[in-house]
Amino acid sequence: MSGQALLRTDSLNCSIGGHRILDSVSFDVCGGEFVSLIGPNGAGKTTLLKCLMKIIPFDTGSIHLEKKDISSFGQKELASRIAYVPQADSRYLPFTVEEFVMTGRYPHLSPFTTCSDSDWDAVNEAIDLTGTSVFASRHMSGLSGGERQLVMIAAALAQGADLMLLDEPAAFLDPGHESSIMRLLREINVKGGTTVVMVTHDINRAILMGGRSLVLDRGKVKYFDEAAGLTSSGVLEKVYDRSFEYIQHPRAGCDIIIPDVTYCDN
Amino acid sequence: MTTREKTILAVMAVAAAAVLLAAPFIGMEKITPAALAADKGMTAEIFWRIRVPRVIIGFIAGASLALSGMAFQAVFRNPLATPFTLGVSSGAAFGAALYMKAGIVFGLAWLPGQSVSAFAWAAVSIALVYGLTRVRRGFSTATMLIAGVAISFFFSSLILFMQYMSDFTQSFRIVRWLMGGVETLGYSSIWTLIPFMVFGAGIIFVSLRELDLLSLGDDIAAGRGVEVKRTRRRIFIAASLLVGGVVSVCGPIAFVGMMAPHICRLLVGEGHTRLAPASFLFGGTFLVLCDTLARTVIAPAEIPVGVITALLGGPFFLWLLLGGASEKSFLFGRGAV
Repeated sequence: MSGQALLRTDSLNCSIGGHRILDSVSFDVCGGEFVSLIGPNGAGKTTLLKCLMKIIPFDTGSIHLEKKDISSFGQKELASRIAYVPQADSRYLPFTVEEFVMTGRYPHLSPFTTCSDSDWDAVNEAIDLTGTSVFASRHMSGLSGGERQLVMIAAALAQGADLMLLDEPAAFLDPGHESSIMRLLREINVKGGTTVVMVTHDINRAILMGGRSLVLDRGKVKYFDEAAGLTSSGVLEKVYDRSFEYIQHPRAGCDIIIPDVTYCDN
Repeated sequence: MTTREKTILAVMAVAAAAVLLAAPFIGMEKITPAALAADKGMTAEIFWRIRVPRVIIGFIAGASLALSGMAFQAVFRNPLATPFTLGVSSGAAFGAALYMKAGIVFGLAWLPGQSVSAFAWAAVSIALVYGLTRVRRGFSTATMLIAGVAISFFFSSLILFMQYMSDFTQSFRIVRWLMGGVETLGYSSIWTLIPFMVFGAGIIFVSLRELDLLSLGDDIAAGRGVEVKRTRRRIFIAASLLVGGVVSVCGPIAFVGMMAPHICRLLVGEGHTRLAPASFLFGGTFLVLCDTLARTVIAPAEIPVGVITALLGGPFFLWLLLGGASEKSFLFGRGAV
């Protein structure tokens, strides 16, 4: 852990359509930290990110960004501090890659100003860092899933926020693109100093990326500690309701999950 | 903005100016500039008191409808979202017809009651159609069209009921007005239309970046710093002003609000800083041309301009629905949350 609490939630409760999604969620994230958010489907991971970004309202509890209640933030002010990359879907996205990344500058623009040089610098820097410059002039609808995800992250980077929330950034990607996304996130986190909170279903990825892991199950926090401790804590067995086998990663040194083969036994 | 897009916008502006200047000379009888200059009697009367206001009204109506269509398409994330398909035109028409029938005379400041009533009912129908699409999560094309059709039918039957209850003259007035047209409307109609257009278009022109972001989906828009609910409400009010103003004066003119922004999207791309001025110019020019056609094709008789736009718009709508603009269309991506 480094730095002081950047983001803190206190007994956050959120219901959607009368159904309790988040149940007294409390945790804090320090500046510069890497936090992976894991848990079964329907545990409330996406809802938690959306509450943090004020995309959906929560019922009770509070969220503080650097000791300031986020309810006192205007949306633009919040977006200049927190960037959000939603779960990949097949929605139609208008615009070319460059135009799309430029939308990330919205919190820094007033209605009647045109984009300044510093906005273009931020856009170009984000495009360079994500390696998307080769298709910067292409239309968003013509990209592959991996390319599209890189552009989504580029737009979030252009936002210039110090906290980035990502919802399954590597879902449905091939191993090559998955690695490049993870390398990028690490670079943003370690070199750029951006705090990252990432939802993932890939527990090994969470362990290998390091930092802390927050495990949610049916809206409740079940674990919030070093990612490396996930395997020995027994929490995985509880929340996923199955057994896991572990093996030491030859290079990383920590325990990781080996693929389940029990369904092959006859 | 690339040079190509700038050129296209400039060409559109020049074309709009040319059409606006030329259209009053064309009609049942052609008026030459020389004849206009020489004559101070009948010709000048026809030119200045009938044709000029008619062309101006046509332009304002077309531009307003195109802008409102563009705004709806961005907020609903769907190319088939237009004042007409969402039932907003019907709502506004009901408001105006209700005022005609009720005969209670009121006005808001200098605005005639018929327009105020049309605006209010346009806003009601937007609230209804938006609420209906929200009940089923996501804006699927099917949900939106069904909701729009339902609201359209609902208000149409209310209008029919009012007609049934009206005497012959009143009923004929409503029917003729429902066909949509910009003829025999004098300068007073222009003064009615202008405040609606200025406020409606004004709101939209200061919200172009927000429209860009809303067309990416509510979650991305909020993540970039847009106050989604407040912005959407503001844009819906702007669209109600535009549609209400036009419908109360000209009747429901179909399909301009769908065709203009879509054609412009193919010409200048999807960014609203280019799309809005392009739609405004194109919509206005297009309706003036349709109206010029309407009064020359079977001259000395006239076709209501709404009939012409509907005749052109129907096939265009089908072309869109069948995926004519396949690569670049909202249609083929699933709606966002």
